[in-house]
Amino acid sequence: MPDTLVALYVFVLSCFIGYYVIWGVTPSLHTPLVALTNAISGIVIVGALLVTGLESVSTTAEIIGFFAVLLASINVFGGFLVTNRMLAMFRKDKK
Amino acid sequence: MQISVNFQAIAYLVSAVLFVLALKGLTHPASARRGNYLGMAGMAIAIGATLFGSEVQSYGFILAGVVGGAVIGTILAMRIKMTDMPQLVAALHSFVGMAAVLVAIGTFLNKREADLLNGVLMGELSAGIIIGAITFSGSVIAFGKLQGIISGKPVRFMGQHAVNAAIAIAAVALGVHFALTESMTSLVLMTLLAFILGFTLIIPIGGADMPVIVSMLNSYSGWAAAATGFTLQNHLLIIVGALVGFSGAILSYIMCRAMNRSIWNVIFGGFGSESGDAPSAVGEAVEKGVKSAAIEDAVYWMEDANKVIIVPGYGMAVAQAQHAMKELMEQLEARDVPVKFAIHPVAGRMPGHMNVLLAEADIPYDNVLEMDEINPEFSTADVVLVVGANDVVNPAAKDDTSSPIYGMPILEAGKAKNVFVVKRSMRPGYSGVENLLYYQDNCSLIFGDAKDVAEGMVTTLKGGGH
Repeated sequence: MPDTLVALYVFVLSCFIGYYVIWGVTPSLHTPLVALTNAISGIVIVGALLVTGLESVSTTAEIIGFFAVLLASINVFGGFLVTNRMLAMFRKDKK
Repeated sequence: MQISVNFQAIAYLVSAVLFVLALKGLTHPASARRGNYLGMAGMAIAIGATLFGSEVQSYGFILAGVVGGAVIGTILAMRIKMTDMPQLVAALHSFVGMAAVLVAIGTFLNKREADLLNGVLMGELSAGIIIGAITFSGSVIAFGKLQGIISGKPVRFMGQHAVNAAIAIAAVALGVHFALTESMTSLVLMTLLAFILGFTLIIPIGGADMPVIVSMLNSYSGWAAAATGFTLQNHLLIIVGALVGFSGAILSYIMCRAMNRSIWNVIFGGFGSESGDAPSAVGEAVEKGVKSAAIEDAVYWMEDANKVIIVPGYGMAVAQAQHAMKELMEQLEARDVPVKFAIHPVAGRMPGHMNVLLAEADIPYDNVLEMDEINPEFSTADVVLVVGANDVVNPAAKDDTSSPIYGMPILEAGKAKNVFVVKRSMRPGYSGVENLLYYQDNCSLIFGDAKDVAEGMVTTLKGGGH
């Protein structure tokens, strides 16, 4: 099976996982959900690292990669921290 | 230290599992924080496995980028006010979109250098760039509208849809041309057109539809990550992209359902614009036969009520009244009056916006109920206090078949014994529809800023009540 087809299998099956997991999320946590998905979509940082860190990388590609790493890192750090900040505020009744 | 390709693949798999568990954690507030930590662990593993893999050889630029991003991200996350959360989210979406575009262009340059280009790869690159660019510029517009830099009014012109369709077709055609010929000109033109398309797609959408737009751009950012995964043949990116893409898509669907509109209607149709402030609110109200009440009147009913239900809306966020609400709740609970909060799915500017603001004010989540849970309770409540919400309590959505919002599920606040609506003016809600609730016999309006009114109520209650 060609690589692209394998990737397609992974993609389609992941869509189903996403569908069932997300429907389980409680509506009161929808804002943290958006923030958390923001953080994990920072996973494009992996792509950015691969572009930037290549041994034979040209300077142009290296600079482009630097900005990609920078932006994706903002997402990763900002996303997880703000999610954590929000979730820390949700508390049960003390009574 | 360097790890093998197989070890790296296993690490990516572990990371993907952790991300699924992270999302699963959000099923309940009690497990949510642990979920977030699992997500962090997943990200750390993914980044570590990439850095120690055989492909990454130079670290200078990477280190600079990560450190810079960490500083900026941390400052943003710590400083942001909870009311401004939709703006932060929009900004972060734009970063993912831009990063996806940059990764695609960088990959193209690297592969061309190594002479590894082929049609399939370049097709995938084009898709990644188009989705990423639309996500970026669309999110920038959404950010501008949320932040008030650009008007929240929908901007429409003749033939808008035709123009959008033409841009989209041209961008795809250029992408195909690029995949077939490696033409740099086509690549650049395609990228530019995709950026323009992001602007023109989001600019016609009004402020009240922002919950849908924020969710939709959330979805796009996921698809952008997935497209990047296809170009890099990286399954982790594909998995995560699909998870995020579906998350945003489901949220968009939930938001649309809560407005009884289709996603197409939000993107291509939409209701009227926000109108200006009415000059004399009270005078106009009297003219229209609406009762206005003083803070003391509301307190009189609330202090002996069997139950008070508060319906917060975007107006509460604007007035920063959530902390005053908490004080009001405490004063009433001290008098054995139970207080509950009723949340409509589209209250605020993003999904779940009200819940976060109430949590920020330290209101326990057990007191905060969703529409379906709370609706049966309105008819047995002595007092409902509507704070900065409008369309979501308008009975016209149920009774008036000619109303533009007919069919939208609402909070049935009007069924309570007494309804008090805190409002700044008689201005209609975002839909531009007159709210029939105000003309009901059991409803009175308290004119004023939500925070001032709530604080006034607290003062009155502290002073021994009515």
